Amino acid sequence: MKKIFVPLTILTAGMFVAAPIMIGMADLESTMLLVQKIFYFHFATWMAMTTAIVVCGLASAIYLFKGSKLADWYAVASAEVVVIFGVFGLFSGSLWGRKAWGVWWQWDARVTMATMIVMVFLGYLMVRKYGGPGSEKLAAAMGIFGAATSPFVYKSVDWWRTIHPQTTVMKTLGEKWPGAWLLVLFCSFAFVFLTVLLLAARVRLEQMRSELDHMYLAAED
Amino acid sequence: MLALVLNVFFALQQQPTIPEGFVPVTGAPASEQIPAAPLVIASYAFFLLLMVFYLWTIWRRIGKVESEMQALERRQSDKR
Repeated sequence: MKKIFVPLTILTAGMFVAAPIMIGMADLESTMLLVQKIFYFHFATWMAMTTAIVVCGLASAIYLFKGSKLADWYAVASAEVVVIFGVFGLFSGSLWGRKAWGVWWQWDARVTMATMIVMVFLGYLMVRKYGGPGSEKLAAAMGIFGAATSPFVYKSVDWWRTIHPQTTVMKTLGEKWPGAWLLVLFCSFAFVFLTVLLLAARVRLEQMRSELDHMYLAAED
Repeated sequence: MLALVLNVFFALQQQPTIPEGFVPVTGAPASEQIPAAPLVIASYAFFLLLMVFYLWTIWRRIGKVESEMQALERRQSDKR
Protein backbone atom coordinates (compact mmCIF):
# COMPACT_ATOMS: atom_id res chain seq x y z
CA MET A 1 0.00 0.00 0.00
CA LYS A 2 2.91 2.33 0.82
CA LYS A 3 4.19 2.08 -2.77
CA ILE A 4 0.89 2.97 -4.43
CA PHE A 5 -0.28 5.54 -1.82
CA VAL A 6 1.44 8.59 -3.37
CA PRO A 7 0.61 7.78 -7.04
CA LEU A 8 -2.97 6.95 -6.07
CA THR A 9 -3.26 10.21 -4.12
CA ILE A 10 -2.05 12.21 -7.13
CA LEU A 11 -4.39 10.31 -9.47
CA THR A 12 -7.40 10.76 -7.15
CA ALA A 13 -6.67 14.45 -6.60
CA GLY A 14 -6.44 14.92 -10.38
CA MET A 15 -9.73 13.10 -10.88
CA PHE A 16 -11.44 15.27 -8.25
CA VAL A 17 -10.13 18.42 -9.95
CA ALA A 18 -11.32 17.19 -13.37
CA ALA A 19 -14.71 15.82 -12.23
CA PRO A 20 -16.46 19.17 -11.45
CA ILE A 21 -15.15 20.63 -14.74
CA MET A 22 -16.46 17.63 -16.69
CA ILE A 23 -19.78 17.77 -14.82
CA GLY A 24 -20.04 21.49 -15.54
CA MET A 25 -19.44 20.89 -19.25
CA ALA A 26 -21.79 17.88 -19.47
CA ASP A 27 -25.08 18.14 -21.36
CA LEU A 28 -28.20 19.00 -19.36
CA GLU A 29 -30.74 16.24 -18.87
CA SER A 30 -34.03 17.15 -20.60
CA THR A 31 -36.46 16.71 -17.66
CA MET A 32 -34.44 17.74 -14.59
CA LEU A 33 -32.02 20.14 -16.28
CA LEU A 34 -29.32 21.62 -14.00
CA VAL A 35 -30.23 19.84 -10.74
CA GLN A 36 -29.50 16.47 -12.40
CA LYS A 37 -25.79 17.36 -12.13
CA ILE A 38 -25.99 16.50 -8.40
CA PHE A 39 -26.50 12.91 -9.50
CA TYR A 40 -22.87 12.34 -10.60
CA PHE A 41 -21.45 12.73 -7.09
CA HIS A 42 -24.62 11.41 -5.42
CA PHE A 43 -24.41 8.06 -7.22
CA ALA A 44 -20.62 7.88 -6.85
CA THR A 45 -20.83 8.41 -3.09
CA TRP A 46 -23.16 5.42 -2.74
CA MET A 47 -20.66 3.36 -4.76
CA ALA A 48 -17.92 4.42 -2.36
CA MET A 49 -20.16 3.70 0.61
CA THR A 50 -21.00 0.24 -0.77
CA THR A 51 -17.28 -0.49 -1.16
CA ALA A 52 -16.69 0.53 2.46
CA ILE A 53 -19.69 -1.56 3.62
CA VAL A 54 -18.32 -4.66 1.87
CA VAL A 55 -14.88 -4.08 3.44
CA CYS A 56 -16.46 -3.58 6.87
CA GLY A 57 -18.63 -6.70 6.56
CA LEU A 58 -15.76 -8.94 5.41
CA ALA A 59 -13.26 -7.50 7.89
CA SER A 60 -15.78 -7.86 10.74
CA ALA A 61 -16.41 -11.50 9.82
CA ILE A 62 -12.65 -12.22 9.65
CA TYR A 63 -12.11 -10.53 13.01
CA LEU A 64 -15.05 -12.31 14.64
CA PHE A 65 -14.08 -15.80 13.47
CA LYS A 66 -10.28 -15.54 13.14
CA GLY A 67 -9.45 -12.79 15.64
CA SER A 68 -7.21 -10.92 13.17
CA LYS A 69 -6.21 -7.51 14.54
CA LEU A 70 -5.59 -6.14 11.02
CA ALA A 71 -9.15 -7.09 10.04
CA ASP A 72 -10.44 -5.22 13.09
CA TRP A 73 -8.53 -2.09 12.02
CA TYR A 74 -10.05 -2.32 8.54
CA ALA A 75 -13.53 -2.85 10.02
CA VAL A 76 -13.45 0.25 12.22
CA ALA A 77 -11.82 2.35 9.48
CA SER A 78 -14.41 1.36 6.89
CA ALA A 79 -17.34 1.90 9.29
CA GLU A 80 -16.22 5.51 9.69
CA VAL A 81 -15.93 5.93 5.91
CA VAL A 82 -19.45 4.47 5.51
CA VAL A 83 -20.84 7.14 7.84
CA ILE A 84 -18.96 9.98 6.09
CA PHE A 85 -20.14 8.96 2.60
CA GLY A 86 -23.61 8.12 3.91
CA VAL A 87 -24.01 11.63 5.33
CA PHE A 88 -22.99 13.15 2.00
CA GLY A 89 -25.29 10.78 0.08
CA LEU A 90 -28.28 11.76 2.21
CA PHE A 91 -27.40 15.46 2.05
CA SER A 92 -26.94 15.55 -1.72
CA GLY A 93 -30.11 13.49 -2.18
CA SER A 94 -32.01 15.97 -0.04
CA LEU A 95 -30.80 18.87 -2.20
CA TRP A 96 -31.80 17.03 -5.35
CA GLY A 97 -35.18 16.14 -3.82
CA ARG A 98 -35.86 19.79 -3.01
CA LYS A 99 -35.94 20.55 -6.73
CA ALA A 100 -37.18 17.24 -8.12
CA TRP A 101 -39.81 16.43 -5.48
CA GLY A 102 -40.37 19.90 -4.02
CA VAL A 103 -39.43 18.78 -0.48
CA TRP A 104 -36.19 18.54 1.48
CA TRP A 105 -37.08 15.13 2.89
CA GLN A 106 -39.40 12.29 1.98
CA TRP A 107 -40.01 9.10 3.98
CA ASP A 108 -39.47 7.11 0.81
CA ALA A 109 -38.38 3.44 1.10
CA ARG A 110 -34.87 4.03 -0.29
CA VAL A 111 -34.23 7.23 1.66
CA THR A 112 -35.48 5.70 4.92
CA MET A 113 -33.45 2.51 4.49
CA ALA A 114 -30.33 4.46 3.53
CA THR A 115 -30.76 6.51 6.72
CA MET A 116 -31.17 3.30 8.73
CA ILE A 117 -27.97 1.76 7.33
CA VAL A 118 -26.00 4.93 8.11
CA MET A 119 -27.41 4.74 11.65
CA VAL A 120 -26.33 1.08 11.96
CA PHE A 121 -22.73 2.06 11.17
CA LEU A 122 -23.00 5.11 13.43
CA GLY A 123 -24.09 2.66 16.12
CA TYR A 124 -21.03 0.53 15.28
CA LEU A 125 -18.75 3.51 15.93
CA MET A 126 -20.55 4.39 19.17
CA VAL A 127 -20.20 0.81 20.42
CA ARG A 128 -16.47 0.97 19.61
CA LYS A 129 -16.03 4.28 21.41
CA TYR A 130 -18.20 3.79 24.48
CA GLY A 131 -18.69 0.00 24.68
CA GLY A 132 -15.68 -0.66 26.90
CA PRO A 133 -13.57 -3.85 26.85
CA GLY A 134 -14.82 -6.51 24.46
CA SER A 135 -16.86 -4.06 22.40
CA GLU A 136 -14.86 -5.02 19.28
CA LYS A 137 -16.73 -8.33 18.96
CA LEU A 138 -20.15 -6.76 19.47
CA ALA A 139 -19.26 -4.09 16.90
CA ALA A 140 -18.07 -6.79 14.48
CA ALA A 141 -21.50 -8.44 14.67
CA MET A 142 -23.05 -5.05 13.92
CA GLY A 143 -20.70 -4.66 10.94
CA ILE A 144 -21.82 -8.03 9.52
CA PHE A 145 -25.47 -7.09 10.13
CA GLY A 146 -24.98 -3.72 8.41
CA ALA A 147 -23.34 -5.35 5.40
CA ALA A 148 -26.13 -7.93 5.17
CA THR A 149 -28.68 -5.09 5.10
CA SER A 150 -27.10 -3.27 2.14
CA PRO A 151 -28.62 -5.46 -0.67
CA PHE A 152 -32.07 -4.66 0.74
CA VAL A 153 -31.27 -0.95 0.56
CA TYR A 154 -30.23 -1.35 -3.07
CA LYS A 155 -33.34 -3.32 -4.08
CA SER A 156 -35.76 -1.27 -1.95
CA VAL A 157 -36.65 1.01 -4.88
CA ASP A 158 -37.70 -1.98 -6.99
CA TRP A 159 -39.56 -3.87 -4.26
CA TRP A 160 -41.46 -0.96 -2.73
CA ARG A 161 -42.38 1.50 -5.48
CA THR A 162 -42.26 4.90 -3.88
CA ILE A 163 -40.89 8.19 -5.18
CA HIS A 164 -37.15 7.49 -5.56
CA PRO A 165 -35.96 6.61 -9.10
CA GLN A 166 -35.61 2.85 -9.67
CA THR A 167 -32.35 0.99 -10.30
CA THR A 168 -33.36 0.79 -14.01
CA VAL A 169 -32.52 4.50 -14.34
CA MET A 170 -28.90 3.44 -14.73
CA LYS A 171 -29.69 1.36 -17.83
CA THR A 172 -31.40 4.29 -19.56
CA LEU A 173 -28.76 6.82 -18.55
CA GLY A 174 -26.46 6.48 -21.55
CA GLU A 175 -29.09 5.77 -24.20
CA LYS A 176 -29.33 9.35 -25.48
CA TRP A 177 -25.89 10.53 -24.45
CA PRO A 178 -23.22 7.85 -23.70
CA GLY A 179 -21.09 10.56 -22.11
CA ALA A 180 -23.36 10.45 -19.06
CA TRP A 181 -22.37 6.84 -18.42
CA LEU A 182 -18.67 7.62 -18.79
CA LEU A 183 -19.01 10.54 -16.39
CA VAL A 184 -20.80 8.37 -13.83
CA LEU A 185 -18.04 5.75 -14.16
CA PHE A 186 -15.32 8.41 -13.87
CA CYS A 187 -16.84 9.87 -10.69
CA SER A 188 -17.46 6.40 -9.23
CA PHE A 189 -13.80 5.41 -9.76
CA ALA A 190 -12.66 8.70 -8.21
CA PHE A 191 -14.81 8.00 -5.14
CA VAL A 192 -13.66 4.38 -4.85
CA PHE A 193 -10.01 5.52 -5.06
CA LEU A 194 -10.75 8.10 -2.38
CA THR A 195 -12.26 5.34 -0.24
CA VAL A 196 -9.06 3.29 -0.59
CA LEU A 197 -6.95 6.31 0.44
CA LEU A 198 -9.17 7.19 3.40
CA LEU A 199 -9.11 3.57 4.54
CA ALA A 200 -5.32 3.48 4.28
CA ALA A 201 -4.98 6.66 6.37
CA ARG A 202 -7.54 5.49 8.91
CA VAL A 203 -5.97 2.00 9.21
CA ARG A 204 -2.60 3.67 9.80
CA LEU A 205 -4.17 5.54 12.72
CA GLU A 206 -5.49 2.28 14.22
CA GLN A 207 -2.06 0.69 13.74
CA MET A 208 -0.41 3.58 15.58
CA ARG A 209 -2.94 3.34 18.41
CA SER A 210 -2.14 -0.36 18.74
CA GLU A 211 1.61 0.43 18.82
CA LEU A 212 0.94 3.00 21.56
CA ASP A 213 -0.97 0.39 23.61
CA HIS A 214 2.00 -1.99 23.28
CA MET A 215 4.34 0.79 24.38
CA TYR A 216 2.22 1.44 27.49
CA LEU A 217 2.15 -2.28 28.29
CA ALA A 218 5.92 -2.51 27.84
CA ALA A 219 6.41 0.55 30.07
CA GLU A 220 4.33 -1.06 32.84
CA ASP A 221 6.46 -4.25 32.67
CA MET B 1 -85.31 49.75 -13.65
CA LEU B 2 -83.69 49.29 -17.07
CA ALA B 3 -80.71 51.40 -15.91
CA LEU B 4 -80.26 49.17 -12.85
CA VAL B 5 -80.37 46.01 -14.95
CA LEU B 6 -77.86 47.48 -17.41
CA ASN B 7 -75.56 48.54 -14.54
CA VAL B 8 -75.58 45.03 -13.07
CA PHE B 9 -75.04 43.54 -16.54
CA PHE B 10 -71.99 45.75 -17.25
CA ALA B 11 -70.59 45.16 -13.75
CA LEU B 12 -70.77 41.42 -14.32
CA GLN B 13 -69.17 41.84 -17.73
CA GLN B 14 -66.18 43.66 -16.21
CA GLN B 15 -65.48 40.99 -13.52
CA PRO B 16 -62.64 38.67 -14.43
CA THR B 17 -63.79 35.12 -15.05
CA ILE B 18 -62.33 32.72 -12.48
CA PRO B 19 -61.86 29.25 -13.96
CA GLU B 20 -63.38 26.41 -11.95
CA GLY B 21 -61.42 23.29 -11.09
CA PHE B 22 -57.80 22.54 -11.91
CA VAL B 23 -56.53 24.32 -14.99
CA PRO B 24 -53.04 23.22 -15.98
CA VAL B 25 -50.53 25.75 -17.21
CA THR B 26 -47.39 25.04 -19.14
CA GLY B 27 -44.26 26.71 -17.82
CA ALA B 28 -44.52 28.26 -14.37
CA PRO B 29 -43.24 31.85 -14.00
CA ALA B 30 -39.65 32.22 -12.84
CA SER B 31 -40.77 33.51 -9.42
CA GLU B 32 -42.57 30.19 -8.77
CA GLN B 33 -39.61 27.95 -9.62
CA ILE B 34 -36.98 26.60 -7.19
CA PRO B 35 -33.56 27.65 -8.50
CA ALA B 36 -31.28 24.66 -9.18
CA ALA B 37 -27.87 26.36 -9.21
CA PRO B 38 -27.63 27.02 -5.42
CA LEU B 39 -28.61 23.38 -4.74
CA VAL B 40 -25.93 22.04 -7.10
CA ILE B 41 -23.28 24.39 -5.69
CA ALA B 42 -24.31 23.54 -2.09
CA SER B 43 -23.98 19.83 -2.84
CA TYR B 44 -20.43 20.06 -4.21
CA ALA B 45 -19.34 22.63 -1.61
CA PHE B 46 -20.63 20.41 1.20
CA PHE B 47 -18.68 17.46 -0.18
CA LEU B 48 -15.48 19.52 -0.27
CA LEU B 49 -16.00 20.80 3.28
CA LEU B 50 -16.86 17.32 4.58
CA MET B 51 -13.70 15.83 3.06
CA VAL B 52 -11.50 18.64 4.39
CA PHE B 53 -13.06 18.21 7.84
CA TYR B 54 -12.66 14.42 7.81
CA LEU B 55 -9.03 14.57 6.63
CA TRP B 56 -8.34 17.17 9.32
CA THR B 57 -9.79 14.87 12.03
CA ILE B 58 -7.59 11.97 10.82
CA TRP B 59 -4.52 14.23 10.72
CA ARG B 60 -5.29 15.60 14.22
CA ARG B 61 -5.81 12.10 15.69
CA ILE B 62 -2.55 10.82 14.13
CA GLY B 63 -0.75 13.86 15.54
CA LYS B 64 -2.21 13.22 18.98
CA VAL B 65 -1.06 9.55 19.00
CA GLU B 66 2.41 10.59 17.73
CA SER B 67 2.85 13.18 20.47
CA GLU B 68 1.68 10.65 23.08
CA MET B 69 4.26 8.15 21.75
CA GLN B 70 7.01 10.74 21.94
CA ALA B 71 6.01 11.73 25.49
CA LEU B 72 6.07 8.08 26.56
CA GLU B 73 9.47 7.54 24.96
CA ARG B 74 10.81 10.61 26.76
CA ARG B 75 9.47 9.37 30.10
CA GLN B 76 11.05 5.94 29.46
CA SER B 77 14.44 7.44 28.61
CA ASP B 78 14.29 9.72 31.70
CA LYS B 79 13.67 6.70 33.92
CA ARG B 80 16.75 4.99 32.52
